[in-house]
Amino acid sequence: MEREKVITAKGLTKRFGDFTAVDAISFEVGKGEIFGFLGANGAGKTTAIRMLCGLSIPTDGEATVAGFDVYRQTEQIKRNIGYMSQKFSLYNDLTVRENIRFFAGIYGKSHQFIKENTERLLDRLHLQAESNKQVKSLPLGWKQKLAFSVAIFHEPDIVFLDEPTGGVDPVTRREFWNMIYEAAESGITVFVTTHYMDEAEYCNRVSIMVDGRIDALGTPQDLKQQFKAESMDNVFLKLARKATRGE
Amino acid sequence: MKQFLSFVRKEFYHIFRDARTMLILLGMPVAQIIIFGFALTNEVKNSRIAVLDMSKDAATASLITELEASRYFEVEKRLHTYKEVEEEFKLGNIKMAVVLPQNFGADLLHFNTAQVQLIADASDPNVANTLTNYASAIIQDYQNRITDGRRLPYTIKTELRMLYNPQMEGAYSFVPGVMAMVLLLVCTMMTAITIVREKEMGTMEVLLVSPIQPIKIIVAKAVPYLLLSMVNIASILLLSVFLLDVPINGSLVLLVLESILFTVTSLVLGLFISTITDSQQVAMFISLTGLFMPTVMLSGFMFPIENMPRVLQLISNIVPAKWYYIIVRSVMIKGVGLEAVWKETLVLFGMMVFFLIMSIRKFKIRLA
Amino acid sequence: MNAAVIAQNLVKTYGTKKEEVQALKGVSFEVAPGEIFGIIGPDGAGKTSLFRILTTLLLPDEGQAQVDGFDVVKDYEAIRHRVGYMPGRFSLYQDLSVEENLKFFASIFHTTIREHYELIKDIYEQIEPFKDRRAGKLSGGMKQKLALCCALIHRPTVLFLDEPTTGVDAVSRKEFWEMLRNLKQQGITILVSTPYMDEASLCDRVALIQNGEIMSIDTPEGIVRSFEHPLLAVRAANMFRLLKDLQQFPGLLDTYPFGEYHHVVLKPETTEQGLYAYLQQKGHTETKLQQVEPNVEDCFIALMKTAT
Repeated sequence: MEREKVITAKGLTKRFGDFTAVDAISFEVGKGEIFGFLGANGAGKTTAIRMLCGLSIPTDGEATVAGFDVYRQTEQIKRNIGYMSQKFSLYNDLTVRENIRFFAGIYGKSHQFIKENTERLLDRLHLQAESNKQVKSLPLGWKQKLAFSVAIFHEPDIVFLDEPTGGVDPVTRREFWNMIYEAAESGITVFVTTHYMDEAEYCNRVSIMVDGRIDALGTPQDLKQQFKAESMDNVFLKLARKATRGE
Repeated sequence: MKQFLSFVRKEFYHIFRDARTMLILLGMPVAQIIIFGFALTNEVKNSRIAVLDMSKDAATASLITELEASRYFEVEKRLHTYKEVEEEFKLGNIKMAVVLPQNFGADLLHFNTAQVQLIADASDPNVANTLTNYASAIIQDYQNRITDGRRLPYTIKTELRMLYNPQMEGAYSFVPGVMAMVLLLVCTMMTAITIVREKEMGTMEVLLVSPIQPIKIIVAKAVPYLLLSMVNIASILLLSVFLLDVPINGSLVLLVLESILFTVTSLVLGLFISTITDSQQVAMFISLTGLFMPTVMLSGFMFPIENMPRVLQLISNIVPAKWYYIIVRSVMIKGVGLEAVWKETLVLFGMMVFFLIMSIRKFKIRLA
Repeated sequence: MNAAVIAQNLVKTYGTKKEEVQALKGVSFEVAPGEIFGIIGPDGAGKTSLFRILTTLLLPDEGQAQVDGFDVVKDYEAIRHRVGYMPGRFSLYQDLSVEENLKFFASIFHTTIREHYELIKDIYEQIEPFKDRRAGKLSGGMKQKLALCCALIHRPTVLFLDEPTTGVDAVSRKEFWEMLRNLKQQGITILVSTPYMDEASLCDRVALIQNGEIMSIDTPEGIVRSFEHPLLAVRAANMFRLLKDLQQFPGLLDTYPFGEYHHVVLKPETTEQGLYAYLQQKGHTETKLQQVEPNVEDCFIALMKTAT
C-alpha cells in the first residue's frame, strides 16, 4: 500500500562552520505513519528535526514537510505541524484549560472549535476534575499525555515528538503510545524520537542516525533481519558503537 | 589548607574563563571613571566667558589675550558694569566672568601686586571648579612670565567667587561617589551570583556531600574577588588623580585600607545575598534594585542627605556606601586622617562582621 | 548491625499545607555491604528525595536512616567524609577541564588523584585523552564517566548514583553498567536509581518504587518469579487492531504493548488455544502466540495495577 508522502528529504545537510551536523540524509514519511527517528546523543537528530520544523534553514539538499518547502515556506510548515518535547511543552503556571486555550489560540482556531474540543479532550483524558488546576500539580505522566493532546489539538498533518516518554512509568508510557496509535489512525503522521528501544518496535518504520548520517532505515522487522539482531536494542548498539564523534 | 587553596584556584578559573565576568569586573570601573572624565573635559572646551575690564591698560589687555588664546575659553562679551555680569549669568550666556579691577596694571607695576576676580556659575560645580582652575593656571603662567628675571616677584591675587553654590558641594564629590558605586556594584553583584550559580548547576549538592565546611566555601569565594578588586582600587585612584585631576590630599595608605574594608563589606554582602537566594536571576535582581538604587540615591553623592526627609536620612544609615563615601571624601579631598573618620570606619567594619556572620548562619548545610 | 545502608520508614513531604505532596510514604530497606542495590521507578516516584535523605542533603520528616553505621541526621559530617554521590545532573564544573575537575574534587576530600588511582584507573583512562578539554565540551557519556571518577576519588565506602544513565544513549549505558560491576569487585557498596526497567537485571537486588512507596524488594530473579500468571507474547499483522481486540477479550487480566509483541496476562482458567481461536474469529492474520518469561517491567506493571 503506497501512502501519500507528507515528509520528503533528499540530501538534507546542515553544516556549522566545518562541522557537518547532518550529512545528506534522505527519507520519506507517509501519511498516518509512525516514524521512529533514533540515534545516539549528538548524532544530529535535534538539528534534523529543527530543519524539518522550519526552525533552521538547511545548508544543502531539499525537503518538504506537509507539502511545503523547508527553505521558503517555513511559516506554512509551522502552521501545519505540532511539536512536543520532554523539556518544554506546557506552561506549568497556567491551568489545564488555559494551556489548551493558549496553544489553540496560537494556531488561530475559532472560539467555537476550542470550546467544543476542549470538553472532548478533558473527557477523554479524564481531566475534568483537574481542568482548573495549574499544570505543575499534575503527575508527569498526565502532563505528557496532556502535552501530546495539546500538540495535536489544532489537527496538524504531522506531529514531532522529541523523547516524549522519558522517565514516565511503564503503564503511562503505554497509555501514551496508545494515544500515538490513535492519532496515527486518524491520519496524523507521527515523527518520534526515543531512548527506549522497545518503543522503536511500536513504530511503522525506524531510521537510525550515526554521525549525522542515516545508517539504517526500515521496519523494525527488516532492521533486525538486516543486522542479524534479536531486538532493536541490539540493532541500535551495533550501529551506535561505530560512531566516532561525541556530542 | 590545600582544600581551601584549591577552592580559591577553582574560583579564579571561573572568573578568568568567563569573558563577561572579566569585563564587568575589570572593565566597568575603568569605563565609568573614563566616561565621567571625558564628560568633564568636553564640557570645559571653548567655554563662553565674559570679561569686565575696568582698568583697560596694557597688562589687562595681554592677560585677556592669554585667556582668549587658550582652547578652554572663548570671550563672548566685554562688559562694562558689575550689573551686567549678574545679568549675563542669569541669562545663562556665560559660565565664568573675569573681573579686572581699576588700576590693575598700575598696581602691578607700582606695588608688585594686583587682584583679579573669577566668578563662576557653581550650579554645575564640576564645570565651575574646572574652569576656575584653568583660569587660575593661566593667570599664574602670565604672572610667572612677567616676573621672569626680576628681583621682586609680581603677585596677582586671584579671588574666586562661586555663584549659586558657594561651598562647592559636589565639586570633587563624584569621584568618591563613583568609587563607592563601582566597588559596591562589582563586588556585590559578582559574588551574589557565585554561590547561587553552584546551586543552579547542581555542583552545590556535591560540595555539601563533602567534608568542606561552609566558612571555607564562603571565604574561598570572596578571596579572588578581593584580589581583583585591589586592582580596581588602584586603577580607579590612578585614573582619578591623573585623568580627572582629583587630588589625594590625605594619606594614601589610609585611603587604600578603607577601600579594602569597603570591598570586603561589599563582597560579604554579595555572598549573603547568594546564600539566601536560589537563582542567579533573583540574586541579580536583589543586588541591582536592593543595592544599586539605594547607593545612588542615599549615599549622598547625588543628593545631599541633609536635604532629605527624616525617614530617608535614617534609612541612609544602613547604606554601606554612605559611610565609605564620607570616608573617601574626608581622606581624599579634605585630607584628614583616621582620627576624623574612625566612627565611619567602625560602622563599616560592624556591617562587614554582621553580614559575614549572617552568611555563615544562613548558609544551608542541606538542601531545602 | 553490619548493613551498609538502613532506611526505616522514611517519610518526606513537600509543599504547603494546602497542596501537600508526599514524596516518600514510609520507605524501608537494607543494603548489604558490597551489594549493587537498584531503586527502580519512574520520575516522580521519590527516588531523588530518598537519595538526598541518605546523602544527608535532606532531613526526613519521619523515620530514620543509617549509612555505614552513621545516622543521616546526627552524624551527617561523618557520612559526608565517607560516601560518594553523583546527583542526577552530573554536577561538574563546565568551565573547568577534565583534569581540573578531578583535582578539585580530590582536594575537597583531602586526597589526590594518585592516592586511590587504582579505583578509577579503568574509567579515567577512557577519558584521559581529553583531560585538557573543558567538561562542558564533553559528550554525555564522557561527562558521566568523569562525574563517576569525581565521586570515587576519595574511595567512598558507599556510592550513591542518582539516575546516572538518564539521557545517556544505549551504548554509554551498557559501558556504565560494566564499570559498576568492576567497582563492586573492589568492595564498594552501590546504590543506583534508574527509570529504565531493563537495568534492574544488572543489580544484585532491586526495590521497585512508585508514588513514594516501595512495591517490592528482591533479587531481579525473585521479582520475576513472583509473577503469578501465565504470560503470552502475541503479534499479528495489524498490531493496533490486535491490541483493541485483546482489550475486549474477557479471559485475560491485562494486555499491553511490549516491543514487537503485545503481552497478555491470562486468567488462570483461560487457555492459549482459547485466545488463539478468539483472534482467528476476529479475523487476524499472521497471528503468533508464545508463552514468555516475564521480566521486571511486566512485574512493575502488574504491581502498579494491583496498587491502584
